[in-house]
Amino acid sequence: MTIVETYATLAEAARAMGRDAAYFGGGTLVMRAVNEGAAPPRLVRVTDPGLREIRGSADTVTLCTAVTMADVLAHRDLDFLHPVARAIGGPQIRNMATIAGNIFAEHPYGDFAVALLALGARVVPVGQGGPIPVEEVLRARDRTGLIAAIEVPRPRDRRDFGFLKVSRVKPKGVSVLAIAANLPREAGRIRGARIAFGAMGPTPLRASGAERALEGASLDATSIGRAAASAAEGLDPPTDPIASAWYRKEVCGIHLKRLLSRMEAGR
Amino acid sequence: MTKSPVGFTLNGSQRAAFADPGQSLLDFLRRGVGDLSPKFGCGQGACGACTVTIDGATHLSCLVLAESVAGREVRTAAGLADGASLDPLQEAFMDHFAAQCGYCTPGMLVSARALLDRNPRPDRAEVIEAISGNLCRCTGYEPIIAAILAVAEGRARA
Repeated sequence: MTIVETYATLAEAARAMGRDAAYFGGGTLVMRAVNEGAAPPRLVRVTDPGLREIRGSADTVTLCTAVTMADVLAHRDLDFLHPVARAIGGPQIRNMATIAGNIFAEHPYGDFAVALLALGARVVPVGQGGPIPVEEVLRARDRTGLIAAIEVPRPRDRRDFGFLKVSRVKPKGVSVLAIAANLPREAGRIRGARIAFGAMGPTPLRASGAERALEGASLDATSIGRAAASAAEGLDPPTDPIASAWYRKEVCGIHLKRLLSRMEAGR
Repeated sequence: MTKSPVGFTLNGSQRAAFADPGQSLLDFLRRGVGDLSPKFGCGQGACGACTVTIDGATHLSCLVLAESVAGREVRTAAGLADGASLDPLQEAFMDHFAAQCGYCTPGMLVSARALLDRNPRPDRAEVIEAISGNLCRCTGYEPIIAAILAVAEGRARA
């Protein structure tokens, strides 16, 4: 049986956490486990309305821990994240699911975290310690404490960032794969390419082969072709009812090429 | 095991009942409060049959913790009709044969009502988007879309 503990602040909740407890955020992941009888004995929740705050500066957006997909969509200033938030679930899920929770979503979910990875987002933990790259959190999700906020660097140019979710059912369907590309350019050359895939491994992962192919190049048919050819390098995607590992490896380059071509055309 | 008292507004009326620890809002509404209009479909947030609004925003009541609605305003399909007078959406669903087995209908109606309250003149794409979190295995969706558009375009019976 599950008991629910309610706290006024995130700091109190952090002290109450333990191996036998799960943090209850938007509920879309944890409540499923409760309904299946698979939840840990204690659920910890926080009522502080300030946890839905969104703060923006010129180069960084800070999303507090309870910010939902719908909150992001309602914020005109976050338009670069709108295509990502819109790709998550249906309207009801978007009203409930949090950005922070998405980092912990198991395959095949977690499409928003793919974008966070490509954007180089940082996770602000509750309590001591500075921001941690989301990449590190994704590598050790079960050892991560509570999240206070997520800092998302804004793309310098809106056209530097692109997102594509590939699903069989539209508008709401589970990912065959998801791709986020962040390609900052200096004098027309890509500097610091970050390409992230979702549903191509147990967590969102970077496509290092594609990143190498793009680094220092201009975004054109040649570099896009090279990136597409090396898209699956080092990745070991899962087989599930949506797609086989073989299929995902076969098509990930094609979808990466479509996304990058769209970005090249400025669409 | 401690039950917690939950006071909230249901379809405009003040209600209070005891929720079990970890009880979903869906189970609480159906068994604790007696509103049988939200349906249990999947219990996983995939089907939308349990859709209700909380403070005006659609939620999947199977994934909401019952005690978290304390002090908030919940609306279900049971609150759409005013006595014998049905919501125009309900009339339109009948006129357009938008309900077959009827299991998805309460969730569809709540999603559609939330859309029209926010956007009284949605186009077809907006209607499809608004009901994209509600599965229907009977109608093929077209009669449902037609019913909602009929209300939006003022063609439904008042």
